[in-house]
Amino acid sequence: MTVHIPSEAESVASGLATAAGRHFSRPTTIDGLTRQSGGASRQTWSFDAIVDGVRHELILRRDPPTLGAVESKAGSERSAALDRGTEFRVIRAAWQTGVRAPEVLFELEPQDGLGEAFVMRRVGGIAIARKLLRDPPYAVAREKMAGQLGEILARIHAVDPATLPPLDRREAGDHIASLRGLLDTLGTSQPVFELALTWLDRRKPPTTTQPVLVHGDYRTGNYLADETGVTAILDWEGAHLGDPIEDLGWLCVKSWRFGAIDKPAGGFGSREQLCKAYESAGGIKVDPARAHWWEVFGTVRWGIICHTQAWKHLSGAQKSMELASIGRRAVETEVDLLQLLKTGG
Amino acid sequence: MAQDRPTASELLAAIADFLREEAIPALDRTDPRLGFQTRVAVNSIAILEREARLGTAADAREHERLAKLLGRQGTLAELNRELARQLRAGERDERDAALMAHLEATTADKIAIANPKWR
Repeated sequence: MTVHIPSEAESVASGLATAAGRHFSRPTTIDGLTRQSGGASRQTWSFDAIVDGVRHELILRRDPPTLGAVESKAGSERSAALDRGTEFRVIRAAWQTGVRAPEVLFELEPQDGLGEAFVMRRVGGIAIARKLLRDPPYAVAREKMAGQLGEILARIHAVDPATLPPLDRREAGDHIASLRGLLDTLGTSQPVFELALTWLDRRKPPTTTQPVLVHGDYRTGNYLADETGVTAILDWEGAHLGDPIEDLGWLCVKSWRFGAIDKPAGGFGSREQLCKAYESAGGIKVDPARAHWWEVFGTVRWGIICHTQAWKHLSGAQKSMELASIGRRAVETEVDLLQLLKTGG
Repeated sequence: MAQDRPTASELLAAIADFLREEAIPALDRTDPRLGFQTRVAVNSIAILEREARLGTAADAREHERLAKLLGRQGTLAELNRELARQLRAGERDERDAALMAHLEATTADKIAIANPKWR
């Protein structure tokens, strides 16, 4: 007798058929289910749900079953990440305010057997930075992207906090303490990061009087774009309440220019273009010194995340050559930090 | 006892060349995901090749500079721990020219191994 052990794809398809059937209140067939590449810590599956002969193009966002249970201490940069249910409600609030985000449709339930997960409509476009920055089809879009990114960010920051699920509030001082805590957990001496954190600590901006919805990972690679420009902002798991300039600084971190180093706005334009679009769309007036502070902060943050990614592998929590190799990218941000501390203040 | 040739650096370079020229083109046809993972591996092997060539001298230079900067002896790890402590405590900062020269030299040596194309 042979026992059929369902593959991961078969289990996902079966859970999805149940959940989608519940959502559409109709028997639903799942077609074309494929795991998307990219996203080392979160699974994304693309599929079509066929309901009464109508095809719905959808995306499943799902935590791999081991994640969470195996999270080690150094995963605390991650443990500050939203669970899927909260992320679902943040994206819904943003979409309803008119932010270019995916339209989320429904959450999966524990009995569907897929873990924490939700389903959203599929949006056209690609997230691959190197293609967006270099390939001919995106030449026209490239001219518009810095402005679009500023405009969309202003809309995100305008989301009424009353429509959001409870989110952590994280101000400059909280972020510094959190990064120092991560360095202590990693147990390696990092003179350049310590220097930069002390520099940041001595100049930190005052606590915001009106904290806004901060996306938390607003950068090239985390949105979809096509020939017309940005189509949807993705990866909302870092959302929190805080200083709106945090997102602008993060977008300008050199690592997110993917080689287009003379274009700070995500590799597509100048800081001035970005800030002008942000302000025109209703964002607060951007103080350049404050933006510089958040760019320095973002550079340290990415450097330390590189170490925590490697630590996931080294600690045995998630064996992965790809994660391990990210540890050797941290020094890129050390080079950038020494440059930033020299040129600006 | 010295090992025979190829040196660590030469052997790593040979492995990287094989993967790049033979394995990756074949993998790209059959399993693009494995092709991508193998590119990641090639990149890491290239780091190791540079580290085998440059790492020992870079460590020695860092050790010597640190001992001079801190005015004391110790292992490289101990000295770096002390420097990190002083920087967090704010006992030294970016206005210290000798400190900045040390950090720039150390970072230059590290990036020459990890990613010489970074700018």
